Amino acid sequence: MIRRLLLVIAMVLSAAPAFAVNPDEVLADRALEARARAISAELRCMVCQNQSIDDSNAELAKDLRLLVRERLTNGDTNEQVMNYIVSRYGEFVLLKPRFETKTILLWGAPLLLAVAGGLSLIVFARRRVQVPTGSRLSDEEEKKLDRLMHGDGL
Amino acid sequence: MIIEIGHYALILALATALVVSVVPVIGARRLDRAMMDLASVGSLAMFALVAFSFAVLTYAHVVSDFSVANVWENSHSLVPLLFKLSGVWGNHEGSMMLWLLILVLFSALVALFGRNLPDTLRANVLAVQAWISVAFILFILLTSNPFMRLDPAPAEGKDLNPVLQDVGLAIHPPLLYLGYVGFSVCFSFAVAALLEGRIDAAWARWVRPWTLAAWTFLTLGIAMGSYWAYYELGWGGWWFWDPVENASFMPWLAGTALLHSALVMEKREALKIWTVLLAILTFSLSLMGTFLVRSGVLTSVHAFASDPTRGVFVLFILLIFIGGSLSLFAFRAPQLSAGGLFAPISREGALVLNNLILTVACGTVLTGTLYPLLLETLTGDKISVGPPFFNMTFGLLMAPLLVIVPFGPLLAWKRGDLLAVLQRLYLVAILAFVVAVVFFYVQHGGPVLAVLGLAAALFLIFGAIADLWYRAGVGKVAASVAWRRLAGLPRSAFGTALAHAGLGVAVLGIVAVTTFETEHVIEMKPGQTVEAGGYAVRFDGMKPATGPNYSEERGHFTISRGGVEVADVWSSKRVYTARQMPTTEAGIVTFGLSQLYVSLGDPTNDGGMVVRIWWKPFILCIWGGAVIMAIGGFVSLSDRRLRVGAPNRRAKPLRPALEPAE
Repeated sequence: MIRRLLLVIAMVLSAAPAFAVNPDEVLADRALEARARAISAELRCMVCQNQSIDDSNAELAKDLRLLVRERLTNGDTNEQVMNYIVSRYGEFVLLKPRFETKTILLWGAPLLLAVAGGLSLIVFARRRVQVPTGSRLSDEEEKKLDRLMHGDGL
Repeated sequence: MIIEIGHYALILALATALVVSVVPVIGARRLDRAMMDLASVGSLAMFALVAFSFAVLTYAHVVSDFSVANVWENSHSLVPLLFKLSGVWGNHEGSMMLWLLILVLFSALVALFGRNLPDTLRANVLAVQAWISVAFILFILLTSNPFMRLDPAPAEGKDLNPVLQDVGLAIHPPLLYLGYVGFSVCFSFAVAALLEGRIDAAWARWVRPWTLAAWTFLTLGIAMGSYWAYYELGWGGWWFWDPVENASFMPWLAGTALLHSALVMEKREALKIWTVLLAILTFSLSLMGTFLVRSGVLTSVHAFASDPTRGVFVLFILLIFIGGSLSLFAFRAPQLSAGGLFAPISREGALVLNNLILTVACGTVLTGTLYPLLLETLTGDKISVGPPFFNMTFGLLMAPLLVIVPFGPLLAWKRGDLLAVLQRLYLVAILAFVVAVVFFYVQHGGPVLAVLGLAAALFLIFGAIADLWYRAGVGKVAASVAWRRLAGLPRSAFGTALAHAGLGVAVLGIVAVTTFETEHVIEMKPGQTVEAGGYAVRFDGMKPATGPNYSEERGHFTISRGGVEVADVWSSKRVYTARQMPTTEAGIVTFGLSQLYVSLGDPTNDGGMVVRIWWKPFILCIWGGAVIMAIGGFVSLSDRRLRVGAPNRRAKPLRPALEPAE
């Protein structure tokens, strides 16, 4: 099964010198087309390695592009189109995952890391201030310093 | 026969690496000179053996010896010589050989130029390098042996993957690996310092040039890879946030942080422990990158043959080196003495902030890359994390960094005066903003937010110039004095300015392309003309052609401006005969810093062609900026202070009486 799937993927890929939106797909309404492109850039081509449907010329990507445009012409909002596509293909299709419980660590990562980094900086700096910076000079060093400061140079 | 000798040399290299892994460490403990000296001799021998082995593999590729499985799978007698040579590392086994070759090259360089290092430190560093070598030689011999023979030998090879038949393959991987693997030296120095439980001046003076060299090569390698993807993949993108790109980008981010923290450590003896940790993390990310690419756990264009046993093996290497070095760090770091103090507003403070932002950005990229994998393993849920996620989070994190960069070099060490720096920079900021508005107005179109991006980019460039300006004292002293002062500035000052300005240039390119790019997707019949970026592009028709190992359909386009022909370009669709694999070769014309990018689609029923034409304004700034950054790296490397011989001369003080009492 998996082997066959891989074979299919390989065939799709090998037949795909990347080329996306075709002229016959483009909507006449410019504003609608712009929305379609924006949505397409956020949807994953499921049979490709790491491309959005906007960048891929796989059959499935084309079907999805047409579907997106069909929904848009029928008057769906961007969000409704996204919801519809997710309901059919699952969340895997979204290149920007939704903010929900299972992605909370993903979306929270930058903030968590920044806060953790900042806090450890503060803690570290405070601890450093409390630590005395060095020992007193030894007798020998005091003498040497004295010689350097007041003596005849070197 | 020669193949077997090459194979045998690799086995001998393993034996040598095992000796160098153990004996010098014991020698360093016992202060046994002879045992420690073995490290240098052994590292040089290891390099000679691996280099020979690599030469044998190259020879097999050049003469197209198809009795070697690796050559049969990845070469063809008709492939041009350049691709026979670069094809050596255009496959899994060969690329691991290249990795190893560069690793032992760095060991040999440390052995050669490290004569002025303390004996124990050198012995330990080379031993750690040898540990890594052992792991990778074992990996090659046990799971990815390029010297396997076929019997009977096939008459013809299966050809190199067409996408890889490009000059890019000759340059991109060696540069990238020089960067990736260069960080192994920093890692080895860090682990050696932890083994010895102390860090001295020699350590910092050594780590910085190595970091700088590795960072410079990695910068070039990533830029080269990006440009290659841009012209080869045929849809004009230059960064895809592909897991493999991320794998090279994360060490770059960490390496950039390391570069700056090593600077603090060298100049001010502060941030010692953090620098050691960062050195470990940077190379760990390099190792992890290798793992991600080689194991095939993440799907990507780079995953040539992947096989689960390899994945498990690399995972093992990863666990041992990352786990081992981090545990060592946890045990030994408290013993390292803390360094100098500094006020929050100071050059050190600015560099700490730089480190904080870069590590957070690096951590975000890491999370985004691994999250789908972890989530699927833990819960079975499949999600994707793609460019929209990275653009948003990474962009937000980087924005403040871009603004603070010009402040760093202008702040004084230890305790800086932010107000004074603001007074020096506010004119620069205003100038940047005005130029950005003019630029935006001339280019017209796109979101107004882009003005801020442009201003940030220009602020970086002007800020870098301002730094040199103030250092030379232009305007305050006579022009001739200022000129002499400027010429007398250390090269590292120019390196810094170049690198920072280069970053600005790259940002400028990124913002300009994303904002002002135009795209045309149309069906074109011969003779038809389309307008793009102020140029008229006329499609003249298709013409068949054949290359050494491919046949192609080439489309010819004439480009004119104001009725005058200015250029012509071929864009083609190729089929590589051996693999029957089609590729597109985009036609690209450069006008100044901008490019017209013409890519062919499918033929239409009525004799036309689907054509995609992009106008990419200022796109060359993206890679040009990276090249300027790398030039900055090289200039900084040539600084007298960092030249390898310099500490040697300084090691003999003129007046011994001045030596500090220890």
